[in-house]
Amino acid sequence: MIGNTSIVKGKRFDLGGMALYFFLTALGLLMLAPLVYMISSALKPTAELFLFPPRFFVVNPTLKNFKDLLLATGTSIVPFSRYIFNSVVVSTSIVIGSIIIAAMAAYPLSKHKRLPFKKTIFNLVIFALMFAPQVTQIPQFLVVSKLGLMNTYVALIVPALAAPVSLFLMKQFLDQIPDALIEATRIDGGTEWTTFWRVVMPMLKPAWATLSLFSFIGAWNDPWSANIYTTTENMKTLPLALQTLSGGYGVVARVGTVAAASLLMVIPTIVVFVVTQRMVLETMAHSGIKE
Amino acid sequence: MSETTAEMTGAAVKTKSAASGKLAILWREMKNHKVSYLFLAPFLIIFTLFTIVPVATSFVLSFTYYNIVEPPRWIGWSNYKLLFVDDDVFLKAIVNTIKFAVITGPVGYTMAFLLAWVISQIPVKYRFFYTLCFYTPAITSAIAISVVWLYMFSGDRYGLINYWLIKLGVFNEPWLWLQSIKTQLLVMIIVSLWMSMGIGFLAFLAGLQNVPRDYYEAGAIDGIRSRWQELWYITVPSVKPQLLFGAVMQVVSSLQVFDISIQLLGMPSVLYAGHTVMTHLFDYAFIRFEMGYAAAVAVVLFLMMVGLNRVIFKWLGSEE
Repeated sequence: MIGNTSIVKGKRFDLGGMALYFFLTALGLLMLAPLVYMISSALKPTAELFLFPPRFFVVNPTLKNFKDLLLATGTSIVPFSRYIFNSVVVSTSIVIGSIIIAAMAAYPLSKHKRLPFKKTIFNLVIFALMFAPQVTQIPQFLVVSKLGLMNTYVALIVPALAAPVSLFLMKQFLDQIPDALIEATRIDGGTEWTTFWRVVMPMLKPAWATLSLFSFIGAWNDPWSANIYTTTENMKTLPLALQTLSGGYGVVARVGTVAAASLLMVIPTIVVFVVTQRMVLETMAHSGIKE
Repeated sequence: MSETTAEMTGAAVKTKSAASGKLAILWREMKNHKVSYLFLAPFLIIFTLFTIVPVATSFVLSFTYYNIVEPPRWIGWSNYKLLFVDDDVFLKAIVNTIKFAVITGPVGYTMAFLLAWVISQIPVKYRFFYTLCFYTPAITSAIAISVVWLYMFSGDRYGLINYWLIKLGVFNEPWLWLQSIKTQLLVMIIVSLWMSMGIGFLAFLAGLQNVPRDYYEAGAIDGIRSRWQELWYITVPSVKPQLLFGAVMQVVSSLQVFDISIQLLGMPSVLYAGHTVMTHLFDYAFIRFEMGYAAAVAVVLFLMMVGLNRVIFKWLGSEE
């Protein structure tokens, strides 16, 4: 059955296919195991956390760890909810801002055929795609501190807005939208601005999904910016707070609380992934990366 | 004689006016595209301020001694000399990073591609479950998940892995996974392989779904016999752009391994056995505040990435 791309061929029993499914499922569950363990520890009462022999699943689930998390940190420095609030503000602003900025920049690069320096700008962005953002961290830190932006939301948001990956994906996607549609709006007397908002932006919806997934995960999981651009406790974001809470390596004492905090940190990324997944695959398929 | 000089000056004047004419045309074109530049402005301003200027500054700073308090002082190649000749820890970091990248890069990349290939062949309704299984580890942050790994690799008999290994009779006593210089790098590699189904995996998955069916039919007529031949002669060439994209992303992420090292092994790790280029950079920049030296580390890392990506483009880039 060469040429048939599916492993399960009709209703016929297929030993090779079965083996493959078995292998895939086993591997998939193995990949999920650490996450299941995290959920289970977050729900474990203290007695079960330090049980010997160690136990994988929780027997008497409790929400005590979550209560401890909110209370323990609440009385000490700033309430834990403040970190969550910071993270939500920063990540949402980065997602929305970078989508708009990248789409605006991609539009002329893709659709204004005779724009001078078009190629130079695009090549520069491609080049920037190739190295770690951390390499620029030191001077970025100097720029931010010279501009007097330390400990502000601006410092946490603005540097992340112009991500080369976003522009690249947006442009590749726009390249596949027929020019005729945009021409039609221009002939009807639309200005560039209205063309952009009424025609281009709606057509880019699948690209938004991809970008929101990538930029949300990037922003939400990023301890760097907060680590470098903030010095006060109430400007910390979730990952940085978690890093301090866990106290570095080898600390087992508050494992339940840390597991609860970690779980709170992981859940949003999974939710965003599930929501955007369909659209993401669609975008990747039509876009891009395909030339 | 005089005629030729006249001719020559005439020509010179002509080219000069042609050049200024070209500039004028360019200027007019640019003015005509005022709106386009306005669209580009927000991105370009932020990009320049937070990417181009910093990269340039990094290069300049790497030739200076700069501790933030005093103004930078020019010291030429000293930082680089120190890095490659006297800084044993940096050499260790480079070796660690390369070892790490050489293993996780190709293995993670191949795993991502093969898994995507297998998933792309199963019916759509089951695909989501498997995509979720394999992709979720990549979207969890190293910091959040370290609580689990710290426990699994814990050095006493409470650690899950030690417990099992002792029970199975492999070890007699608990092994200090995170403190022993023999296993630190291994733990980093295992954890990052677990997290490696990232953006490349999604790109492969999408690309594989889009390989036109007729290619396979044509291949069958041309005498392709097994699934492996199909993979090698048809599938791989059809998803080259995605392969390239995935490879670039893999290189960047393998070389900048940082969070995992700090979270699991501490800063600094025991005897620097889990030290990487990025942790070295962080150490000098934000703990010791020797910005000039740290900038030199950044430049070395940058050159490593650009160099490796060049190689990748040579292998996988299309011949345009």
